[in-house]
Amino acid sequence: MSKIKCAIIGPGNIGTDLLYKLMRSDVLEPVWMVGVDPTSAGLARARELGLKTTENGVDGLLAHVLEDGVKIAFDATSAYVHPENSRKLNELGVLMIDLTPAAIGPLCVPPVNLARLAQDAVVNVNMVTCAGQATIPMVAAVSQVQPVDYAEIIATVASKSIGPGTRKNIDEFTRTTSAAVASVGGAKQGKAIVVINPAEPPLMMRDTVYCETADEPDRAAITASVRAMIAEVQKYVPGYRLKNGPTFEGRKVSIFLEVEGLGDFLPVYAGNLDIMTAAGARTAELFAQEMLDGTFKFRMAENA
Amino acid sequence: MTLEDQVRGRKVMLHDMCLRDGMHSMRHQITLDQMIAVSTGLDAAGVPLIQVTHGDGLGGSSLNYGRGRHSDREYISAVASRMKNAVVSVLHVPGIGTLDELRMAADCGAGCVHVASHCTEADVTEQHIGLGRKLGMDTVGFLMMAHMTDVETLVSQALLMEGYGATTVYCVDSAGYMLPGDVTARIGALRAALRPETGIGFHGHHNLAMGVANSLAAVAAGATRIDGSAAGFGAGAGNTPLEVFAAVAERMGIETGVDVFRLMDVAEDCVLPMMARPPRADRDSLTLGYAGVYSTFLYNAKEAEQKYGLPARDLLVELGRLKMIGGQEDMIEDTALTMAKARGLIAAEA
Repeated sequence: MSKIKCAIIGPGNIGTDLLYKLMRSDVLEPVWMVGVDPTSAGLARARELGLKTTENGVDGLLAHVLEDGVKIAFDATSAYVHPENSRKLNELGVLMIDLTPAAIGPLCVPPVNLARLAQDAVVNVNMVTCAGQATIPMVAAVSQVQPVDYAEIIATVASKSIGPGTRKNIDEFTRTTSAAVASVGGAKQGKAIVVINPAEPPLMMRDTVYCETADEPDRAAITASVRAMIAEVQKYVPGYRLKNGPTFEGRKVSIFLEVEGLGDFLPVYAGNLDIMTAAGARTAELFAQEMLDGTFKFRMAENA
Repeated sequence: MTLEDQVRGRKVMLHDMCLRDGMHSMRHQITLDQMIAVSTGLDAAGVPLIQVTHGDGLGGSSLNYGRGRHSDREYISAVASRMKNAVVSVLHVPGIGTLDELRMAADCGAGCVHVASHCTEADVTEQHIGLGRKLGMDTVGFLMMAHMTDVETLVSQALLMEGYGATTVYCVDSAGYMLPGDVTARIGALRAALRPETGIGFHGHHNLAMGVANSLAAVAAGATRIDGSAAGFGAGAGNTPLEVFAAVAERMGIETGVDVFRLMDVAEDCVLPMMARPPRADRDSLTLGYAGVYSTFLYNAKEAEQKYGLPARDLLVELGRLKMIGGQEDMIEDTALTMAKARGLIAAEA
């Protein structure tokens, strides 16, 4: 069966972990790894795994996009360089899966809105943030039962799992997550808090979700919806677990989660990276299937 | 050389925390009138810096940390417009507060910002320190839970903050765990490593009743700013009681520029009547200092004790064992649920 060819931009932790996941895919084939540093360990690793590489950034890839048939690119660089990367590749008909907090395209949390997004013509899909991927399914699980006035998430990640890019841009990380908790999760208002814990041995990613429902929460329906959504996320992140809750106090619903990674490239505690790359890969797979079926609509010209 | 010899003639800037750290003790419910009464009193007593924010800093009003009675905008505006000499400062924790909130604080009249991170994570403060400087604020790097790392790491983190533009860097004893020797080692190393023009601060908590002694050790080792709270109003067994430190400082020849009697009066007449229970090193607060646990965890732990019949002290010790840090209030409820289930206090399905 033929596969859709992909490029990964950014050979760091996220890009490399993603590469491992794409290599297992039935519909995606990673062919290019793009970096900016010729001595990068990530580029060397990608070469060993049989990918073509360039250290000249996205410009080094552009000339090869058409001849190599690259249809999907993943951007794991930074919010600042993403818009240009996206523009250049979109012009060549490449669908961009954005793993930075740039959020220039529609936000995607697979079990919540991927099916809906795939019906529209898109050229750029944003994967929110790791905190968003871990918590928004739970906000949606509650808001699907009854209206949520306010949702707040607290994501705690191991210090070793948070790279320099996220640290430098922690404000974008916090704000993008807050906005998505509301817009994708379905809460009227959203707030996100991020804590980086340096404990050794590193702790597993933990996420807490608080929802304030507009009316008295329907405990049985919310509990069932939360459990069903956990099972949906487990389809692509097997280590996504409910640790405690949902508990109910007045209109407040509390859900306590743990995210264990698959350990593809980074250790299992880095569930935050795993859920990000797994969500990106799952999103790309759905679009790739549409490309293979001939139903994918890339409407760059009309959008521009 | 005696301690007196070391500190005599030193100039130290006092920074009052009772309208920020004291917010924890009041579960963030201080009224605007109370804020105004305390801050104008502190201003009149000559306290040069007064911190006014939600207990967890800008943007701290939340389900996780407790909602504020008023917004930070209301609190800061109410106080800043009434200050004759004192500068209003705010706490800002990247990951909780955003840059927009820092801009708002500056617009409302805040002139100083403590940009805080856990003691090993200073590289999340670059944007916020940068913005503080750009806004013309007195910009401070605030390294919390400083007992949890070694001296060398603390110095490396302080150098990062200095590099981002912080003009003062703090060693923060958030758990009230440090002993004077710990403070001497840390402040001395910071003094040796940072630029001579960079200020050094110490923020103590009184869980082991070492707030004043630790602050003196800090001054002796080179600290130029000392945080405390009038009447010790703050998280855990309270902050370093500021009027006590000011009195001791005067006796020892440290120049603070503060009117000790007027500061005592603010503590006694304005701050003390606000407190439901004056902070003291009770069983649970003492446990914070003894086990090195973030001081504000006290309140959530006491709530969990009420809810699940789980002793707050057991919970605090477990949180210390799990190496929970500032900001992880959500994990108190989570850990309490896990422990209560294990002890058969609640059903396993909850």
